[in-house]
Amino acid sequence: MVEFTSRTMQSGVVVIRPEGRLNMVAAPSLRNELRTLVEGGSTRLVVDLAGTDFIDSSGLGALISGLKIARQAGGDLRIAAPTKQVTAVLELTNLDRVLHTYDSPDGAFDDAS
Amino acid sequence: MPAERMTPSPWLRLLVLVTAALGINYVVWRWLFSVNWAAWWIGVPLVLAETYSLIDSLLFGLTMWRLRRRPLPPPPPPGATVDVFITTYNEPIDMVMATAEAAQRIRYPHSIWILDDGDRPELAAAAAAKRIRYLTRSANWLDKPRHAKAGNLNNALLETDGEYILVLDADQVPEPEILDHTLGYFHDPKMALVQTPQYFVNVPFSDPLGSQAPLFYGPIQQGKDGWNAAYFCGSNAVLRREALMQLGIAGYVHAVEEGVRRTLYVANKIIAKARSQVGEDHGEVLAALDAVRDAVHQARRWIHEDRPLAEVTYAFQQRVDSAARSVVDADIGLMRADLDVIAALEDRDEHGPTTVIFDDEALETLAGREWSPLGALESIRAMIRAVDVGRDDEAQPMLPMATISVTEDMATCMRMHALGWKSAYHHEILARGLAPDDVATMLTQRLRWAQGTIQVMLKENPLVQKGLSIGQRLMYWATMWSYLAGFAAVVYIVAPAIYLIFGIMPVQAYSWDFFGRLIPFLLVNQLLFIIVSRGTPTWRGQQYSLALFPVWIRACVTAFMNVYFDRPLGFAVTVKTGQQGGSIPWALVKWQLGAMALLVIASAIGIVQLYFGAISVLGVGVNLFWVMFDLLILSVAFQAVRYRGHQDQGE
Repeated sequence: MVEFTSRTMQSGVVVIRPEGRLNMVAAPSLRNELRTLVEGGSTRLVVDLAGTDFIDSSGLGALISGLKIARQAGGDLRIAAPTKQVTAVLELTNLDRVLHTYDSPDGAFDDAS
Repeated sequence: MPAERMTPSPWLRLLVLVTAALGINYVVWRWLFSVNWAAWWIGVPLVLAETYSLIDSLLFGLTMWRLRRRPLPPPPPPGATVDVFITTYNEPIDMVMATAEAAQRIRYPHSIWILDDGDRPELAAAAAAKRIRYLTRSANWLDKPRHAKAGNLNNALLETDGEYILVLDADQVPEPEILDHTLGYFHDPKMALVQTPQYFVNVPFSDPLGSQAPLFYGPIQQGKDGWNAAYFCGSNAVLRREALMQLGIAGYVHAVEEGVRRTLYVANKIIAKARSQVGEDHGEVLAALDAVRDAVHQARRWIHEDRPLAEVTYAFQQRVDSAARSVVDADIGLMRADLDVIAALEDRDEHGPTTVIFDDEALETLAGREWSPLGALESIRAMIRAVDVGRDDEAQPMLPMATISVTEDMATCMRMHALGWKSAYHHEILARGLAPDDVATMLTQRLRWAQGTIQVMLKENPLVQKGLSIGQRLMYWATMWSYLAGFAAVVYIVAPAIYLIFGIMPVQAYSWDFFGRLIPFLLVNQLLFIIVSRGTPTWRGQQYSLALFPVWIRACVTAFMNVYFDRPLGFAVTVKTGQQGGSIPWALVKWQLGAMALLVIASAIGIVQLYFGAISVLGVGVNLFWVMFDLLILSVAFQAVRYRGHQDQGE
């Protein structure tokens, strides 16, 4: 089972960090987690992928769902610090055409502050 | 039992080659030496129809070339997790529950989900009583395009997490070993789909409605399998979730790219127009429009530089927002009028009031209108929101099951193959279902399949899809080609009638040359059918492929109008009366009846003319034989309309 840790930065941006395998089993809980955050008013989210050593298409799907929910609430979702495997999957699926990957979660919202 | 060959025998391949050679020999000769150009208006259609049939035969031969009879697969991969999806919309509760209870008896561990698009509380209660999970569409689907069964499956894919998915239509009662016999194929990490046959229990041996498809769920799927092109038929198949989700991601990226590009293109036009209408005294408004124009330019430049679209749209929205805020003091009245137009566009949409679908018509309306400057800003903002990166025009950003066609299965599978996934056809009946038992339902179903197939042909033609091998392209094309048979059938019906009535020949002569080339081809072609089908009756299928010519033609025309002119497909067969009352629904087969009447009258005229010595004995003889053949094919219409369902099911 994947675990999520989250922290709120001073700017109000929430960083959520899934640990382990972000696959079809973990995707629904990540999606729910992101939805709960947005509904609770945190619309600027960073998913820190430094601890994610595997992601599949369902995991990517959860990120896309989160992006949609955050944008609808007037915010944004960004991803940061992907591992090698995650970067490879982003490229394979062309999702890197949509999502920019930021080097570190702390700098992900620098443009918008 | 002797081990089955994985590839066809050299003898079968020889037969394929001989059939192809004889067919090509005949049709080339026809074009070069035998068309009656003086009567080109019937001579050319006939040779075209024959060419059509030859290509159909060649594609069939190509399919048989790689006929693949797979041995039993190894046992399932250890620890595989499986979701069983039972899709339903309006089928009787008892039928759905019978399928669900049979699914409970499937031996391999699995979770069962009833996907009820009919949202029926009785079914929810029946499922709960048997501890079966029950799903309906989530709130996201409110006012969004529902995409029928594809939408139902897409909704469920996001609510479940099994590694593999067994899809069953509500009537398809599975065998306990269905998963044990199919999961083993997934040891191959690229395997995405295992399709098993669809077999119907409520059909008599004579199969008057042509429901069983022994040639398709047999040699044809096995042949396609040999080319790695066995395809998904909507039910009785196991799919790999990862392959579907990957399709969903690829589709999402594609939709977002297309959407953003298109919107920015139109936005540019709207700005230019709005700017030309604003007087120089509205300095603030001009500045705002310029700011938006710069934003559009920057966005397009960024796209050109391959910057990620989430970044592009986010920056764009921020800039348009701030530009819009800078002119809030401008004339609100002007803006109000424009907003009304945008609102009207939203209302126009049949999918519901809260969706803005920026199709071509909407874009044209927006671009062509005279805007107040603020209205122009607002319209651009509405547009960019509509595409954004959230794909707000759809219920879910990801739609793994293809929604470009009313038959989601073929399109989905073709996209999986294009992404490099494999499929397998497992030739063992592992689920038994119910076929339509009246002619009206059967006709509606065939029309739907044909329309779906033609839609895919027009929207995502397999011949030009990147990622497919030549063999895969031709295998998909072969199925689509076979749905064009209606036009050839009309020629085959009309040509002998024209000869018998008017004495006009489409060919130069009914000579030894003619028959010497045609008859051997027809004979070996039939022989090939008989050999590959191993004695299962395929005649009914051949009969229907010509006799349903009105359905095929209607499917082609409606699908064409749908794809290119956005017309509704209009499924419903309007004549539904007579089924309960016991009277025979002749109206459903009026075209076939008309064709038969034409042929009978033409024969009578031909015989009278022969009696008076007006036309040749050979010509009349040949054409009467041809007419007999046509009548034999069309006569299936009588059996179909008189069919009242299979009576003796209680054996």
